[in-house]
Amino acid sequence: MSADHAHSFAAADALEETAAPAGGGAPAARARSDEVLLSVENVSLGFGGVKALTDVSFDIRKGEIRAIIGPNGAGKTSMLNCINGFYHPTEGRITFKGQTRPKMRPHEAAAGGIARTFQNVALFKGMSTLDNIMTGRSLKMRTNVFWQLVRFGPATREEVEHRRKVEDIIDFLQIQHIRKTPVGKLPYGLQKRVELGRALAMEPELLLLDEPMAGMNLEEKEDMSRFILDVNQEFGTTIALIEHDMGVVMDLSDRVVVLEYGRKIADGTPDEVKANQAVIDAYLGVPH
Amino acid sequence: MIYREAGQYKTSYEADRAVFPLRQDRIGIALIIVAAYAAGVFGSDFLLQAVLIPFLIFSLAAIGLNILVGYAGLLSLGTGAFMGVGAYACYKLMTAFPEVNVVVWILMSGFFSAAVGVFFGLPSLRIKGFYLAVATLAAQFFLQWSFNRIPWLYNYNISGAIEAPLSTLFGVPITGATATSEARYFVVLTLVIGLTWLASNLVHGRIGRQWMAIRDMDIAAELIGIRPLTAKLMAFACSSYFVGVAGAMMVFLWYGGAEYNVFNIDQSFFILFMIIIGGLGSLIGSFMGAALIFMLPIGLGIVLPAITEPFGLTVGAATIEHLRFMIVGALIIFFLIVEPHGLARLWQIGKQKLRVWPFPY
Ligand SMILES: Nc1ncnc2c1ncn2[C@@H]1O[C@H](COP(=O)(O)OP(=O)(O)OP(=O)(O)O)[C@@H](O)[C@H]1O
Ligand SMILES: [Mg+2]
Repeated sequence: MSADHAHSFAAADALEETAAPAGGGAPAARARSDEVLLSVENVSLGFGGVKALTDVSFDIRKGEIRAIIGPNGAGKTSMLNCINGFYHPTEGRITFKGQTRPKMRPHEAAAGGIARTFQNVALFKGMSTLDNIMTGRSLKMRTNVFWQLVRFGPATREEVEHRRKVEDIIDFLQIQHIRKTPVGKLPYGLQKRVELGRALAMEPELLLLDEPMAGMNLEEKEDMSRFILDVNQEFGTTIALIEHDMGVVMDLSDRVVVLEYGRKIADGTPDEVKANQAVIDAYLGVPH
Repeated sequence: MIYREAGQYKTSYEADRAVFPLRQDRIGIALIIVAAYAAGVFGSDFLLQAVLIPFLIFSLAAIGLNILVGYAGLLSLGTGAFMGVGAYACYKLMTAFPEVNVVVWILMSGFFSAAVGVFFGLPSLRIKGFYLAVATLAAQFFLQWSFNRIPWLYNYNISGAIEAPLSTLFGVPITGATATSEARYFVVLTLVIGLTWLASNLVHGRIGRQWMAIRDMDIAAELIGIRPLTAKLMAFACSSYFVGVAGAMMVFLWYGGAEYNVFNIDQSFFILFMIIIGGLGSLIGSFMGAALIFMLPIGLGIVLPAITEPFGLTVGAATIEHLRFMIVGALIIFFLIVEPHGLARLWQIGKQKLRVWPFPY
């Protein structure tokens, strides 16, 4: 399995030319700060005997695109699950916006401004694109049951106001033509895009993307890269991104953290990480 | 009139979010409502009492169950018992405060079934699917037992039954022995239209989307900020409200009285079959399912003799009853395998075809 990644890593430079979205050199233009939005300190996570994460520490700064990479089973998804409260670390602490919460439920993380897409698309299959993205605005909708029941006055105003926001996202992601289509019927690439839309609808401060380009062709990857960069630049959203395609990672991210067997083996700018011997070994499958 | 959307441009999100965006649909609904009221004036006693009143009441119960099963994805086998809670609550309220109008009590009784529904819905936070169904089954048996064994619920009647006392609306008797089926029909129809409108508003708004989100992908729903606890209990509450009101209407506006065994498990399955055949997650489907299951035996009773009598065969009521079970069984298997979205989906496909007719696409 690591041979696969070895290939994509070695081919990173070659890919940079092809998979690079227009204006790929954009990171410099981004508004970055040194302010830490999220910090992960000595986090360990175990499932019975399996240790998915061991003593991992890193931080995510406000406004940056932070990549998390590593071979299959390295614990990347588990890391995101800890960040948004789906798993609770067995040890260590996670601090978001200066607040350390020992046991945060996923909906509390959502309320705090963390949104998420999934490695295997997790859309609401029976609902349309529009309804999926509208659901992303649940937290921002406030009218009570009474107004919902009569669907009148404040409920209508609220629905229309949020619909407008959702239409902006639909325009941004260029999915107008599938607005009313049940998402279960959409091709995979578009489903990934709708899922991004649903996360954007939450207007998150921190957006976690778990392999947003997995299974996409080159053109779809370019589109998705463009959207991710635009979200970061236009809305100032901080992004944590898991991705296997090194070309994409090198292009998009400001800083990269590398996991292997649940441990952090490198952390730095794309260039630093690319030159790191431990990372090269991990990807080439050199035994330790 | 041609079923087309040509020329009907939606210029605002208000218009686009309407439940019936097509003018033809709105006209169709208006016509159906007018026809329904006309049926109250011109319909025979048999049509009202044996067909339309029960059809409307079961439709309402099906809407209630559909909110839970079809929209929120939580399976319940306790519908019969929750109808019973509505009926017994209404009976207690009516007899304790006879001066208050019965329509008020029918609508209030739903709050009691909602509370009981929420209580028995609590396990849904931990368990799903089959296990939840078993938990609701426990509710079914426990509640039915209560209706029988707690004499306070039926005011210590020797018969053990609850009976509709006389009450009036605008001076016209609507419950009790002297209430005409016409009067009861108008009350039932008006209540069902009003409650269906409320249900439709619910499922088309924020709350409905949250239910469907929990149903389709509960983990993602929670990561979006939907609280599973609130959404699920809300579904139990709303569902049980409609079911409870339907139960109260069944006893006081249709049967005129009932015993505990009316609210048995058969009733629960009966309504579950309606929504499976009509369409899970569809309000129109709830009506279609109720129509099909409830009117099937009546239709068979008319059609079968017409076919067989020329051959000198007579079809007994028992045969019709058996046939009905066979047909319903076959239909359920058919819909579960071929079209899980039921009659409502077939109806939608038909409408879509009509929209592009005469072209195949
Ligand atoms: N719920 C769970 N129960 C038991 N083990 C788990 C669970 N979730 C993850 N693991 C284990 O934790 C380890 C890390 O898994 P994780 O999904 O985080 O890896 P990943 O880096 O995302 O891999 P991939 O690139 O394949 O997505 C794996 O060994 C996996 O089997
Ligand atoms: Mg993963």
